[in-house]
Amino acid sequence: MSIAKRVGAPRIVPTRGIPYPMGDPELGPEQERAWRRQLLERALLAVATPVSEPTVFDGDPVQ
Amino acid sequence: MRIVHYVNQFFAGIGGEDSAGTGPELRDGALGPGRRLAAVLGDAHEIIATAICGDDYAAGHPEFAAELVEQARERGAEMVVAGPAFTSGRYGMACARIAAAASEAGLPALAAMHPDNPGLGEAAGTSVVESGLTARQMRDSLERFAAATLKIAAGEELTAQDGRIGPVARTNRRAERNAAERAVALVLTRLGGDGEATEIPLPDFDQVTPAAPIADAAEALIALVTEGGFVPAGNPDRLESARATKWVRHSLEGLDSAAAGSFESVHGGFSTQWANADPNRILPLDMARVLEREGAIGRLHGEYLGTTGNGTTVADARRFGMEWAAELRQANIQAVVLTAT
Repeated sequence: MSIAKRVGAPRIVPTRGIPYPMGDPELGPEQERAWRRQLLERALLAVATPVSEPTVFDGDPVQ
Repeated sequence: MRIVHYVNQFFAGIGGEDSAGTGPELRDGALGPGRRLAAVLGDAHEIIATAICGDDYAAGHPEFAAELVEQARERGAEMVVAGPAFTSGRYGMACARIAAAASEAGLPALAAMHPDNPGLGEAAGTSVVESGLTARQMRDSLERFAAATLKIAAGEELTAQDGRIGPVARTNRRAERNAAERAVALVLTRLGGDGEATEIPLPDFDQVTPAAPIADAAEALIALVTEGGFVPAGNPDRLESARATKWVRHSLEGLDSAAAGSFESVHGGFSTQWANADPNRILPLDMARVLEREGAIGRLHGEYLGTTGNGTTVADARRFGMEWAAELRQANIQAVVLTAT
């Protein structure tokens, strides 16, 4: 994440590991899919949010 | 001087990506590239110990640097050197952080890496000397590293001629002419045709202006792209596992998931066992389709764009980015989710 900030990625969603950015092998299959869904929802929130500098999105959309 | 040398798990001989979670430790004497560094440094200096940490551990635990520097001081270290890290991002960041922590603790310090290494910005004014792109340039890189080490050990400043890279701490000096005279002289130089003349060279980093947000993802055409070395099984385009010179595109039409056996990762910078067991961990096609069906995503673009982000030069990466942006614009994509490893 600090590299993403350093190189100026405008919208950043932190994940749990370099080898599996959109998953987490420690979780069971259903939990892992839920985690992946959560990451994608954060990404969708990020692209719909105005930013002026590298910004980290680690919270979830208000339903 | 009594020197402690920092290397990652790979150069310490502990292991590759499978050992990247190794925690910080100090081992006696020189190891790996430190042996040759010690030989080039000669008898006036001794590498008393090698400080080691796995790249993933170092990236996730910034406090590893202060811990290792403290241990080095307890062993009587008088100087800390780190690398060379070449273009390896996590390793470069670790080297920069170790050098910065040693400086902060009052020890002379030096790191070595390629100028494109994103870790360079973490050095916080501590000296960094240029290395080659990859470990194939180890010999030349170590010669320069050793020469710079000798200079720092002698209490001298590195200059651009020594291969110094990165931000340089500003120091005061008395100018021969006052600011008004120099400003007028600069204006005359510029009027004379040298439009680039300056006393303050700007750093060479891109400023990326963030794109405006989309109004509503539920109405948008969204693309999935990745630098995770994500390819159809068998890698038909022979995408490189490191230092990629190209990118690939493949159709996602009719696919509900990035199934194991249909896709794989050829990334050479991490263990791909988890990616290959479930490629959705790199390109989240399964859940993107669910969100598309539910209406949270208007429509998913019919293909993905991908490359391998591993030691890729800034020049190549910039070219891929421009080509991707042009492709995606032409396809009327409103937003992109780029998964990065």
